[in-house]
Amino acid sequence: MSDLTHTLPENMILAEGLVKTFGEVIAVDHLTFTIEAGEIFGLLGPNGAGKTTTIRMLGALIAPTAGHAQVAGFNIGSQDRDIRRCVGFLPESPGLYHALSAERNLAFYARLYEVEDVPSKVEQYLRMLNLWERRHQPVSTFSKGMRQKLAIARALLHEPRVLLLDEPTSGLDPEMARLVREFISSLKREGRAIVICTHNLDEADRLCDRIAVLKTRLLALDTPAALRRKLYGRSVVFHLKNLEPNYIQVLKTLNFVISVQTMDNKVLVTLDNPEEQNPVLVRTLVEIGAEIQFIGELRRTLEDVYLQLVKADKEEIQS
Amino acid sequence: MMDKVWAVVRKEWAEVFKNRFVLFTVSFLPLLFTVIPLITLYTTGTSGEMGGVSLEDLPPGMSALCGGLDGVACAQYAIISQFFTLFMMVPVIIPITIASYSIVGEKTTNTLEPLLATPITTMELLAAKELAAAIPAILATWGSYLLYAIGARILAERPEVVAKMFDPFWLLAIFAVGPLLAIAGVCIAIMVSSRVNDPRVAEQISAIFVLPLIGLFIAQTSGVILINEKIIMWMAAGLVVVDTGLLCFATQLFQRETILTRWK
Repeated sequence: MSDLTHTLPENMILAEGLVKTFGEVIAVDHLTFTIEAGEIFGLLGPNGAGKTTTIRMLGALIAPTAGHAQVAGFNIGSQDRDIRRCVGFLPESPGLYHALSAERNLAFYARLYEVEDVPSKVEQYLRMLNLWERRHQPVSTFSKGMRQKLAIARALLHEPRVLLLDEPTSGLDPEMARLVREFISSLKREGRAIVICTHNLDEADRLCDRIAVLKTRLLALDTPAALRRKLYGRSVVFHLKNLEPNYIQVLKTLNFVISVQTMDNKVLVTLDNPEEQNPVLVRTLVEIGAEIQFIGELRRTLEDVYLQLVKADKEEIQS
Repeated sequence: MMDKVWAVVRKEWAEVFKNRFVLFTVSFLPLLFTVIPLITLYTTGTSGEMGGVSLEDLPPGMSALCGGLDGVACAQYAIISQFFTLFMMVPVIIPITIASYSIVGEKTTNTLEPLLATPITTMELLAAKELAAAIPAILATWGSYLLYAIGARILAERPEVVAKMFDPFWLLAIFAVGPLLAIAGVCIAIMVSSRVNDPRVAEQISAIFVLPLIGLFIAQTSGVILINEKIIMWMAAGLVVVDTGLLCFATQLFQRETILTRWK
């Protein structure tokens, strides 16, 4: 088991200028971030962006070419075994032994993770994930969802403080994906630091406290809401009964309005602070004769943010 | 350290012996290599062909190898010794089969990454893979040697012929050269398995290593060479050198980063 006298740091993961190259190919370029205990941190990016390489480095599976990282207070490179003891790792593919039973798969990994009471720990997680009844059956007879649950159980057997999950809900049906998401949320409440690599932007939006968008280098890092705000501001949609050309001109004269767009009889106004600026907008529109039917906030999806960031990066490279 | 090594060894056996082909190779091959020479010994003994054999009828080196045996006993011992190289093939073929299925199996089912994410060291993992493949091979070799000795005791006309099977020449071959060949077999299977994605291909390529032994078998049965203590000593010494080199190479190949990024 991991060293109990080891003092847990404030940041469970600390990465400073992490670089990984394979020959002449730069897989990860100067990544810097911190992750606290009880935080779910999402790594987003297109294929080949360096997400898997990053979590492999954090899991002490591969060594960084340059830079420094600490996981649970242990240094990558010099304390790799200690890191592996306190990290739970879920690779993209469950990677289970199909000829062996669920129980035997977990018992094997429990021994490698130096778990003290192997049978009771295996039972605890098999019951928790509703696999106890199937414990003697070979994994080859399991559905994809069951295999994924078993792989998650394997990553948790040794009660790791840090969890590195690569596509945890990939290929699962919506019901199973929801179960896995809820389970991950419960792990966060236990104070574990969780890193998730995913292409599922909706999932990242719902689950992650902060998100890093990667494309070899870090394109953006913040909470999903802050990323939306930074890129798009906050937008309010006015559904008008009558849309006159002068409405737009009047709205543009207001100094807090960032932009105004129209579509059919809708006006989309981007603002900094809708809570304070909406009443002024409404008053102005009413004063110039607009008949307002509905008002709502246009919520940009994380997909919009992600695509915008990746597109901007592509344009920057091309220019 | 040994807890983790044995955990992997037990897992390997539990998994790999569920494969019918591996199970067949491990159990049937040693049996076959035991039965063939015993049948030969039986048929030559019952045919009466050896009735008037004298030491002059045998190859010159053979009489030296036979020590104090007379012509008929020496002829029987010559037959027993001819199949000696078959026993040297068992500790090569079995570990090649086990290691090929084990390592390529880990690659194709993507089980290496979660395994490497545990606190096991790569040396522990390599040692476990070596032991898991070599132990059944060595036990099968020793078991088939014992069976052969028992069978020869029943079929050979003179007990002193069988007693020759326990002289230093045989013991060195079975208890030293056999395990050394097994280690070499596993190392070669690891190297080949790191580059292919089909266990049968890995096995076939690795099996090239058996060719020198087949050559030795043919050379001995056709009388071109006579394997004696000197050759066995040289084989053992040569294998120590070869195994050291192969182990160093396999260790280099068996690093976490290499496995994850270069094993395709």
